[in-house]
Amino acid sequence: MIKIENLHARVEEKEILKGLNLTVNAGEVHAIMGPNGAGKSTLASVLAGREDFEVTEGSVDFDGKDLLDMDTEDRAREGLFLAFQYPVEIPGVSNVNFLRTAINEIREHKGEESISAKDFMALVREKSALVELDAKLASRSVNEGFSGGEKKRNEIFQMAMLNPKLSILDETDSGLDIDALRIVANGVNKLKTKDNATIIITHYQRLLDYIIPDFVHVLFDGKIVKTGGKELALELEEKGYDWIKEELAAAAQ
Amino acid sequence: MSNYTEDQLAKDLEGQEYKFGFTSNFESDKAPKGLNEDIIRFISAKKKEPEWMLDHRLEAFAVWKNMVEPEWAHVKYAKPDFQDITYYAAPKQTKKYESWDDVDPEMKETMKKLGISLDEQQRLTGTNIAVDFVMDSVSVATSFKAKLNELGIIFCSFSEAVQDHPELVRANMGTVVPTSDNFYAALNSAVFTDGSFCYIPKGVRCPMELSTYFRINEGGTGQFERTLVVADEGSYVSYLEGCTAPQRDENQLHAAVVELIAKDGAEIKYSTVQNWYPGDKNGLGGIFNFVTKRGICGTNSKISWTQVETGSAVTWKYPSCILKGDNSIGEFYSVAVTNNYQQADTGTKMIHLGKNTKSTIISKGISAGKSQNSYRGLVQIHKNADNARNFSQCDSLLMTDECGAHTFPYIECKNSSAKIEHEATTSKIGEDQIFYCKQRGISEEKAIGLIVNGYCKEVLNQLPMEFAVEAQKLLTISLEGSVG
Repeated sequence: MIKIENLHARVEEKEILKGLNLTVNAGEVHAIMGPNGAGKSTLASVLAGREDFEVTEGSVDFDGKDLLDMDTEDRAREGLFLAFQYPVEIPGVSNVNFLRTAINEIREHKGEESISAKDFMALVREKSALVELDAKLASRSVNEGFSGGEKKRNEIFQMAMLNPKLSILDETDSGLDIDALRIVANGVNKLKTKDNATIIITHYQRLLDYIIPDFVHVLFDGKIVKTGGKELALELEEKGYDWIKEELAAAAQ
Repeated sequence: MSNYTEDQLAKDLEGQEYKFGFTSNFESDKAPKGLNEDIIRFISAKKKEPEWMLDHRLEAFAVWKNMVEPEWAHVKYAKPDFQDITYYAAPKQTKKYESWDDVDPEMKETMKKLGISLDEQQRLTGTNIAVDFVMDSVSVATSFKAKLNELGIIFCSFSEAVQDHPELVRANMGTVVPTSDNFYAALNSAVFTDGSFCYIPKGVRCPMELSTYFRINEGGTGQFERTLVVADEGSYVSYLEGCTAPQRDENQLHAAVVELIAKDGAEIKYSTVQNWYPGDKNGLGGIFNFVTKRGICGTNSKISWTQVETGSAVTWKYPSCILKGDNSIGEFYSVAVTNNYQQADTGTKMIHLGKNTKSTIISKGISAGKSQNSYRGLVQIHKNADNARNFSQCDSLLMTDECGAHTFPYIECKNSSAKIEHEATTSKIGEDQIFYCKQRGISEEKAIGLIVNGYCKEVLNQLPMEFAVEAQKLLTISLEGSVG
């Protein structure tokens, strides 16, 4: 699905990713954890194609294509989805109009016909039920006046509507109460198939109680320094990150 | 509006830049350049006007000569040389059209390019827009006249009204915008050449949208049209105007006067989509759009102005309401877009004279390129206007670092029972918003279209559907490639 090799990226003069390697196959769920400032959100932004970041070295293969060579919108059309840590409000633009525009752009990219109004509305009903999103929110302006939890749920709703190959959830659990967390996690679980993959970026082990990852990676100082199963997340929760830093320091000597 | 998808919008956007920049080649009948009493007499004679109309013009000219061009607006431009303008240019064919078939094919072609399908509308019964088409200075075609006549509605060119309904014109013209009101209104009163006239009789609800399309075609000319809408007691009318002009290197002057009279219990809804040529990317050429628009309300009546301003090099325009009658309502909904070197100073005046009068002002300014966009508004509550109420909202959206957005709200209140609210915001179009759209697969161009149309939604919702669609397209075209 995605193969990231020796990825270096910087913002202005500051290097943030310093040779990151990660391979995610179809059907897998990967969690990326790490202390503040390790580069977790930078990784999400670089993969999505945010212009503030400059890739200085490395390659990213996305389903046989050079991801870094594509524009942001083409990455999305090829099936890369980013659930934003801070979803953006777009006043006056209804969620449904926004999503219909997006779906039709993706369809056009694939050489498919535009979606009919009837099919589209059926899809909205089906997917909003999946994330327990009030149908009223679907017709309101994109994220405008939504609570923190509603915004995050709306991200998963959009993900369900766009049916991406690879979803990156950037701190989707932040700001969620337990009920919202469960709903979001259920949505993600229901959307999981053997053909798609998910990367979950998170600070806390909490979300991983609901979405069971196949792999847990520790991102530290711009690199993945440790990989394990879901038990690694529990270990991090219990012991923090200091022991990893110590391990690294010891190895460096 | 909901049927119109972004995809259709994209398809409609094929012709970018200014797509109305063509010139039509038919012979025109021009007055010599310059302005003096003889020219005014020439115009009046050309139009076979009665004595009182000529006197009115000459009076206005005398007033104008002693006036100076206003300088208080937040705009900079080279003052027009009033002796270097042609004040009358008519397409040469002066014969009155008996039927649509008589209309010059070249002219029909022009209308077609403008998207005015009079042709089609002539054939289809039951469509609901009657159109008056003013080319350069002369009204060339009015549709649906017969149907409107049955209801006693008069909708014709201003010149025809002077001939056929002199008593109505004489009684109402200049009562809302007096000749001496301002420099450009006085100039217009002296040299106006045509425009539209509309009268809705008592208790009649006009069953269709009335629409006027203005087009400046000749080089070196000015366009000075006058519109007068009189809605008698208890009547209703929705009126639309659209404007375009060819691309030229020179600046052309457009100084119009619009007067609305809503008698007791009447309602007038007046919508404008202004797309005069804005000049090129370097600020060369374009229309100077100096317009006076004002309406007066009787008891329980309502006047609602909606404008989408995307064109013109310089705009100076304040559609206003005099809320004279008790319980009358004034509304102003505006979207003003400026790009490249365009300048706009626009807003409204709400003059509350009657008791329980209400006004609403929603203004959305969008500045791009190196443009300057100003909102200027006055809310005035007079001594006897008990329980007057105003709500104003002025939002500015900046697309680049080099443009400017300015707000000049004035409030004068002489009655302590008034409630006045003013809200204002200024924001820069979010790179985050654009990135968010792109991450969902939406191209930058469509993203800007979505965001801007969303931002203007409250105003666009006020427009009749046909105009709303056109306005959406215009907004997107005007702002293409403008984020910086």
